[in-house]
Amino acid sequence: MEERLWNYIDGVSSEDEKSLIEKLLASDAAFRAKYQELLGLHQLLGKVELEEPSMRFTLNVMEEVAKYGVAKATGKYINKRIIWGIAAFFFIMIGAMLVYGFSLVNWHATPGTSIIPIDIKKWEPSKIVTNTYVNIFMMVNIVLFLYLLDRYLSRKRAERMTGHSV
Amino acid sequence: MNTGLSDNEIISKVLGGDQQAFAGLVKRYQNYVFTITLRYIPSREDAEEVAQDVFVKAFRFLSDFHGETAKFSTWLYTIVTSTCLSFLRKKKVNLQSLDDERVFASADTLDSGLRANTIEGKSKQKVLNEAINLLSTDDAQIITLFYKAEQTLEEIGQILHTDPNTLKVRLHRARQRLREKMEKHFPEEVKSMQAD
Repeated sequence: MEERLWNYIDGVSSEDEKSLIEKLLASDAAFRAKYQELLGLHQLLGKVELEEPSMRFTLNVMEEVAKYGVAKATGKYINKRIIWGIAAFFFIMIGAMLVYGFSLVNWHATPGTSIIPIDIKKWEPSKIVTNTYVNIFMMVNIVLFLYLLDRYLSRKRAERMTGHSV
Repeated sequence: MNTGLSDNEIISKVLGGDQQAFAGLVKRYQNYVFTITLRYIPSREDAEEVAQDVFVKAFRFLSDFHGETAKFSTWLYTIVTSTCLSFLRKKKVNLQSLDDERVFASADTLDSGLRANTIEGKSKQKVLNEAINLLSTDDAQIITLFYKAEQTLEEIGQILHTDPNTLKVRLHRARQRLREKMEKHFPEEVKSMQAD
């Protein structure tokens, strides 16, 4: 009963329930008394005073705020081309692996001779992952890391110079 | 200062470079933010510091607020919730122990308060505020957001990342527990309220 009354008081009860409650309120004294009690609490809760911070609160906030600037919207500093670039890289990698995998399939294998029609002996990872490739890969990563680190430190230095961390 | 302007108008001014216009938003919402913060952090000193931090965060990330799809207050209270939880996490305060601590502290003040109560009498609002302080953090917070911060259940759902139907049930239970606390700790006041 209470839940129905609260829904009615909060204005979230359905039309059918609303008319049913209104009928009960008109006919049932106990129901009406309960409604009055809950309504009283509801109205009282609506009047409760808020807590107040110290007098200097706004001033403190504004002093703190003065040290900063409004940051750019998150959407503006996420470069969509980078996201698409990463996605494209993974799609190309998956595609290349699939093409390579299919190229190893022995399409003329007779059924029953092998469960997987792939000639595993042909799979030679050492042909692809040579020392040269690993070295190139590592070098590219180190250069990229140093480039990003330099950009980050430059930005931090610029922020310190202007006194804003935008 | 900016009293006649809507939230979105003030925000446009701030984003346009008028940093001082932000003071209008601070003045408008400081009591709401501070009250909700106090539901999580009972120490007024800490709560004020956290509330201050909330406004600084709101200012810094104002560009991320989309006035056409959301209310500023709802967005601001989302920051309040996350900042309070992060503060408690940093201080390693368990919410349950916080509830216990707050209930015991409130009960202590109530004991002494109740004795004085018969002589001086408490205002209805004070009684209600003390009863809210006796509730758990979750119950006190939902009542505060619904009644004091005037948020709808859908908006509270956005703030607390909870389904509005679940919140409806939680609100019913919170009000039920509030009545129980009032009847237990303030029987005389409840009687006089019912008689009014």
